[in-house]
Amino acid sequence: MDWLDVAVRVLAVLVAFLVLPLLVGQLEHKAMAHMQGRVGPMHAGGFHGWAQLVADGVKFAQKEDTIPDGADRLIFRLAPGVALVPYLVVLIAIPLGPDGMVGQAVDAGIFFVLAALGVGVLGSLIAGWASANKYALLGGLRTAAQLMAYELPLLLAAASVAMAAGTLSLPGILDAFEWWWVPWQLVGAFVFFTAGLAELQRPPFDAPIAPEEIIFGAYTEYSGLRFALFLLAEYAGIVVVSALTAVLFLGGWHGPWSDQLGWLWTLLKTGVLCFVVIWARVAWPRLRADQIQKFAWTVLVPLALAQIAFTGVIKVVTG
Amino acid sequence: MTERELLSTSGQEIVFVLVGLMVLGAAVLCVTTRQLVHAALWLVVALGGLAVEYLLLTAEFVAWVQVLIYLGSVVVLLLFGLMLTRAPIGPSPDADSGNRPVALAVALASAACLVTLVVDAFRTTWIDLDEPHGRSDALGDSLFRTWVLPFEALSVLLLAALVGAIALSRARRARAGTPADGGGR
Repeated sequence: MDWLDVAVRVLAVLVAFLVLPLLVGQLEHKAMAHMQGRVGPMHAGGFHGWAQLVADGVKFAQKEDTIPDGADRLIFRLAPGVALVPYLVVLIAIPLGPDGMVGQAVDAGIFFVLAALGVGVLGSLIAGWASANKYALLGGLRTAAQLMAYELPLLLAAASVAMAAGTLSLPGILDAFEWWWVPWQLVGAFVFFTAGLAELQRPPFDAPIAPEEIIFGAYTEYSGLRFALFLLAEYAGIVVVSALTAVLFLGGWHGPWSDQLGWLWTLLKTGVLCFVVIWARVAWPRLRADQIQKFAWTVLVPLALAQIAFTGVIKVVTG
Repeated sequence: MTERELLSTSGQEIVFVLVGLMVLGAAVLCVTTRQLVHAALWLVVALGGLAVEYLLLTAEFVAWVQVLIYLGSVVVLLLFGLMLTRAPIGPSPDADSGNRPVALAVALASAACLVTLVVDAFRTTWIDLDEPHGRSDALGDSLFRTWVLPFEALSVLLLAALVGAIALSRARRARAGTPADGGGR
């Protein structure tokens, strides 16, 4: 692997990291507006308000960056970075197309990706503590409880796919993919996507943020660019979870003419899942913190275990 | 495993030693800092550094599992506990316990024991790092073929610890005179 190749790959991942979350943000503006029977932002940039997110970014950059008096200043400043960077790292390992169209093929790719996702949540945890604000602390507590509950079904569902493919590497899983894996791993896909949604604290699992009760939880004290970084982390997280679900459960680049158009299939499947994430925000009310816990331990974990057993049985019978 | 001359260092080895020093520093800060949450965060640095060491030894799978289990779950659990007790921002003067000398003695003794063991077991053997050793398939093979009995024994041990923890916490609650569920109403 020569330096030019490495540079091109890193650049491509960086561009994806900078562009895809903004596209999801724009989609969220528009999809939510249409689903709620309103027009949404229509003026910035002329055509259908396409530049609204750019304007938002400029606005955030101009705002004063306040740090509360009682806060732990260093950790308070560090937290947005801890929340955002892991998603950039994860994108390196997600395959876009066949024949090595991936930032870097990682041998234990699934573990790498899930490990990095787990680190990202540390960002909102330490943000909640360092803000020296009781609402932020409550938000941090709920984040931690939610993370611990949903890490397990997320891992189990991913393990089921790894069992089916007989490998932990993401490109390896796609190489082994057959179309009938989609119905075979359907329950696992549901568990993975739902648990991913909960790890991102997206509605209906957004009790840790809940603007109406604990005024944005861990992010209460954040303003300006640091708050924007948290928002960006949320959108990047949507992209990562959708892309992972597409790769693990929906066959990634598999589809008609996948030799030439494989990357388009990956992006298309990811885009559709991103839309579902946004749709869920508009369609469902927020679950209470205890309902969220109950759902994880009494529904998702048993479903994930059943999926693993099912995968094992099929694997042994056909093996 | 190949025999090699001592003190013919490669870049990888230098980085390994530097990261090792960083882990040591973070670990010392973790136990000496007076700020509870900072201690947990220094633990993050120490455990993350260990993951880097595994990577440098080409044990990729172990490195990711280290990050996933220790950074993603154990530290989150620690922070959760610290937040529940409302760990204050700034130093906590009562964070010290009288067990300091005992803890130091135990730490030194276990470190001495481990260092002696490792030095005696490997002496001047060198691992050839040009081919990866920690690939997940090789690791799975040795774990579930050669070492499956210790693996299962460990899982039983962990289960026993879990059951014991639950039993202890329930016994204490029963002694305090409140029902096990919905207490304090």
